Amino acid sequence: MTVALQKITRAAPIRRWKSVFESYGQELVILVALIVLFVGVGLYNPRFISANNLTSMFVGNAYIAIAAIGMSMVIISGNIDVSVGSLIGVLGTIAGTMAVNGYPVILCWVVPILIGMAINAVVGVLVAYVKIPSIVVTLGMLSILKGGLISVTGGAWISGMPPAFMIAQFRLFGIPSSVYFMVVLTLLAALWMKHSVFGRTVYAIGGNPEAARVSGIRIQPSIVGVFTIHGMFAGIAAILFATQLQVIQSTVPPNLELTVITASVVGGVSILGGTGTVIGSTLAAILFAAIGSSLVFLNVSAYWLRAVQGLMILATVLADMARRRRI
Amino acid sequence: MTLVMNRVLRHESILGLLLVAALFVLSAQSPHFWTTDNLLNQGRLMAEVGLIALPMTFVIVTGGIDLSVGSIFGLCAILLGVFWQNMGMPLPVAMVCAVIVGAIAGLGNGFIITRFKVPPLIATLATLALYRGLAEGISQARSVRGYPEWFFQLGQYDTLGVPTQLWILIVFFVIAAFILGFTTFGRTTYAIGSNEVAARFSGLKVDRAKLLIYGASGLISGLAGVIFVSRVSTTRSDMGTGYELDVITAVVLGGTSIFGGRGTIIGTALGLILMQALKNGLALSGVKGDGTIVVIGAVLIAAILVGNLLSRDGD
Repeated sequence: MTVALQKITRAAPIRRWKSVFESYGQELVILVALIVLFVGVGLYNPRFISANNLTSMFVGNAYIAIAAIGMSMVIISGNIDVSVGSLIGVLGTIAGTMAVNGYPVILCWVVPILIGMAINAVVGVLVAYVKIPSIVVTLGMLSILKGGLISVTGGAWISGMPPAFMIAQFRLFGIPSSVYFMVVLTLLAALWMKHSVFGRTVYAIGGNPEAARVSGIRIQPSIVGVFTIHGMFAGIAAILFATQLQVIQSTVPPNLELTVITASVVGGVSILGGTGTVIGSTLAAILFAAIGSSLVFLNVSAYWLRAVQGLMILATVLADMARRRRI
Repeated sequence: MTLVMNRVLRHESILGLLLVAALFVLSAQSPHFWTTDNLLNQGRLMAEVGLIALPMTFVIVTGGIDLSVGSIFGLCAILLGVFWQNMGMPLPVAMVCAVIVGAIAGLGNGFIITRFKVPPLIATLATLALYRGLAEGISQARSVRGYPEWFFQLGQYDTLGVPTQLWILIVFFVIAAFILGFTTFGRTTYAIGSNEVAARFSGLKVDRAKLLIYGASGLISGLAGVIFVSRVSTTRSDMGTGYELDVITAVVLGGTSIFGGRGTIIGTALGLILMQALKNGLALSGVKGDGTIVVIGAVLIAAILVGNLLSRDGD
């Protein structure tokens, strides 16, 4: 009896760790990669882990992590969105233009988020009800938003926003607000995806749409819902993007959609749908920002960054496929 | 079979009518549109996208997609400059090598897709970043200029009164239409797109066919890159950014189903001409380049929307 009990108590923690590793394997891998990167590059050049560099790294990339939360939900549901970069560019420009024209600050924050939700709800309807593949809808949306933005604004710089509008520059205990947004939204979204009916629905649809349908899940409204929520996160990301500097360039940040998709995919969201967590995507966004920053400190030309990005997606996807085949 | 043929023909006749209507409206709007000079010049401008649209039709007919064509295009353009100027190869050798690199890049896509069963969308999204990243890393944002005069024959001058690259496009068009319409390989391509598992069990060499198709996609993208360098006389790493959108729009507009199994090269040609006519017509009526992107995006969505509604009626 006592022997058996001892065995159980001794075995239990191991089993617990094993299950943690099974459900958060990818997240742990990224965490380890992050630690290795920070220690390695920090030893090579201590300025890499100075408060200054860390702050600029987080402030400059928190919006990517936030956009990646919504993207992860979209990919978990078995879809994809390649227009998110253009959407963030458009919404950021709308927010900035409203702020310059003296609208109340609250409206300048809320209206772009609502517009983002409306635009993506349309995308969701086209995907769910008209049955156009999400890649095609969002490719079309990408060029509509991007072309529309540049033809309306001509890529001009917006400046002279009131200080009260600059939410990304607010600080609490010396830490920029973007970091709080990133952490709080990630945790809320992770809990919501794990424990809410909606979250489980999204996983079910991505995992096996036919089984989900037969189980009585209403797939079409859920897909519209996922895209709408993705639009909300894109809106929040756009506000942080627009307020991080004193000027907004009213164009689409180059390759932003690719960076956001990279964060989701590298963070363990399977491109086949049905698995992955938003914690992973946030960690991956931080990892990618850290890699970009470390290239500078390692004296490697920043022009190689995109090649690194491509290799990271490829390696993660291949590992994912290999893991699936083994299972 | 006749049902399928009817549907295909119906789509293409609708497209043909649409094209005639568009040409009519555009020529009524601007006296410059319907001139030989303008039309030949439009042919010159659509040659690169048109070339890539041919293998893209095969790719989409198999139910796949290739998002990396614009990046391969840019990578080959950069490498042409690097091979010639930095490595001292004679220009003809450099051109061949650049196209070969394109083929290798395409085979890389095919290898990832067939060997590791990665969905084409994600595989080519990754290589879109990878190949563009290589182009940027290799070029370090330097441009290569100063090509010899004869090189511009390919992209800037005429052969027998018609832009040289338009001849190349026509030749490849005929070859592609023949392969897809009249050969075993073409039937295999349709079979893969209609039902890949069934095609495999029927003993078709599915993986080999896909590998060849993605390889051809890379090779033609490389060739288009070389032609583009000859047309604009310089080499930059951001060349071909967003080309995948134009190419996919032309193919899908041409009636190729994004789900695979259906589509023709003639349809792609019609889609391509319609798109170029739209671009040109909008430009002549004073819409700036960025405005035309909006129209192309809207046309892409509308084309599939209408196609889906029509096919639902047909079923």
